[in-house]
Amino acid sequence: MASEIIETTPSGENSVGIVETQFATLFEPPHELVTSGGKTLGPITVAYETYGELSPEKDNAIFICHALTGDAHAAGIHSDEDTKPGWWDDFVGPGKGLDTDRHFVICANVLGGCQGTTGPSSIDPVTGERYCLSFPVVTVGDIVEVHYALARHLGVEKLLAAVGGSLGGFQVLEWAARYPDSINAAVVLASAANLSAQGIAFNTVGRRAILADPNFHDGKYHEHAEGPRYGLSLARMLAHITYLSEDSIEQKFGRRLQHSDKLAYDLLRETEFQIESYLHYQGKRFVERFDANSYLYLTKAMDYFHLEDKYGSIAKAFRNTDIRFLVVSYSTDWLFPTSQSREIVGALIETGKHVTCTEYDAPFGHDSFLIDLEPLSRLLHPFLEQAQHLRSSGEKTTSRNKK
Amino acid sequence: MAKTTTNRYRYHIPDPTEVITDEIILQHIEAGSKVVDLGCGDGRLLSLLRDEHDCEVLGVELDQESIFAAVSRGVSVVRDDLDQGIPTIPSGAFDYAVLSQTLQQVRNTTRVLREMLRIARRALVVLPNYGNWKVRVQVALHGRAPVTEALPYEWFDTPNVHWMSLRDFRDLVDRMGIRIVKELPIIGKKAVGRAWAANFRADNALYVLESANSETTDSKNVGQPTHD
Repeated sequence: MASEIIETTPSGENSVGIVETQFATLFEPPHELVTSGGKTLGPITVAYETYGELSPEKDNAIFICHALTGDAHAAGIHSDEDTKPGWWDDFVGPGKGLDTDRHFVICANVLGGCQGTTGPSSIDPVTGERYCLSFPVVTVGDIVEVHYALARHLGVEKLLAAVGGSLGGFQVLEWAARYPDSINAAVVLASAANLSAQGIAFNTVGRRAILADPNFHDGKYHEHAEGPRYGLSLARMLAHITYLSEDSIEQKFGRRLQHSDKLAYDLLRETEFQIESYLHYQGKRFVERFDANSYLYLTKAMDYFHLEDKYGSIAKAFRNTDIRFLVVSYSTDWLFPTSQSREIVGALIETGKHVTCTEYDAPFGHDSFLIDLEPLSRLLHPFLEQAQHLRSSGEKTTSRNKK
Repeated sequence: MAKTTTNRYRYHIPDPTEVITDEIILQHIEAGSKVVDLGCGDGRLLSLLRDEHDCEVLGVELDQESIFAAVSRGVSVVRDDLDQGIPTIPSGAFDYAVLSQTLQQVRNTTRVLREMLRIARRALVVLPNYGNWKVRVQVALHGRAPVTEALPYEWFDTPNVHWMSLRDFRDLVDRMGIRIVKELPIIGKKAVGRAWAANFRADNALYVLESANSETTDSKNVGQPTHD
């Protein structure tokens, strides 16, 4: 659930270089996915990218779970002319936080998304038309079931780690609860065991903006010249504010005006302040790359995520695992505050699990997990090294889980 | 020989006596216990407890460099500021909460002690003794702030914000309704089970503490000191 608009520059020698999005077809009938809502869905196309090499022992695979509007393209560029690297390029590459010299990194677009994986804008094989709103409601659990199937499809029985921020963190937690034997380590960034009521509130306003747009046409806007551009960009503008912090907005824009140093006394001038201009720009850019129906489905999946509800308690969700957890929060993140990370950590400690947690002082609000990568990378290296070491030595990872 | 420290944001300061202190702490924690070390530093004590005593361990530390070091040893660490309490750790999650050479460095001493006994059945505290005769001599005869082997910092550069003797500490825990299950004076490099004039002779001391209303009121579970 982060903006993922961070401008990165192609990083040259530290880059994974030119990569290609690949596609896998999973859940082919009669083995369709049965969604949490009881609907069947299949076949499902999954768009994914991989970086680095899978070791002969197949023990170095790391799965990146992306946030609300991310995609499979986490790192590298798609061609020599491509000036915009993947959304986590500063974190994924040779020698970086997720070191592709050592690890085999997988990133896949989520189920219900709009960047290659089956979602509401895909063609329903039964009708030959786009699913639109006939696409089943999907949950974080459904998303993870598809990720899990992809990992196995790629020959990985057990991941070294699943890593994700925000909605990606939801997926990592769900993965750990649902398939406890399929990962060694779980890295949860700027996330929580459930979306807060405040988070649901922002999501519902965003959805309402889309649904109320006259160009929404009950989700069948593809048949019309114009989609719900206004509603989708409004949803994005609202959400984008929640990804920033008071301080970062103040520092970056303050009360500065965009085009003049005098107030215009013009009610209808939309972009008088710099912050207005910035949000409009973000909204406009978002509409070019994201599908309104996917936005509805994925925000709903976030709203529904609630480990406690599903498993009885956070502690019960993880009772059968010896996964090593790393839980990271950021001091200025008010959408997923540190208190929500503490909730996860407290439950893990209570049940004697291995958990390391830290809050970083970063000014960028919720988006910090996409920006403040240096301290995280440093911590991740020994953390992953230990997870891999304990795995390959076959040692009991911890005496903390014995009882 | 004064040591200097410039990093105000860490509790755990490398200490020449810490290897000996670790040994003594190890002797007072039963194998297989759940142990949390407050101000765990690089996780050395906890990795010993885990590897040699089969303990389930967790560190609490504020300093990011120390956290990297502890995680590199495979020790899990929760980053918390002891002066803000330890909100991340649920009540009763541990058998022992260890606080070694750190109590004199936190601002809110009573709060830290209460937090220790909230999260653990027993608190194990090692602290320096400002009642030691070498300290008294430096203060009384030379009129100087003390610098000793056990207290190696110059007054202007010390992480220690509280100055207490064993007597002072006994008074405090008594007032707080905390029971001293065991007091073990450490003289030089030796733990001395029954030291005469401990408040005068001890450089450091180890305390095993319990809530006064705790049900386990005998000390049968506490390892007896073997040094004497």
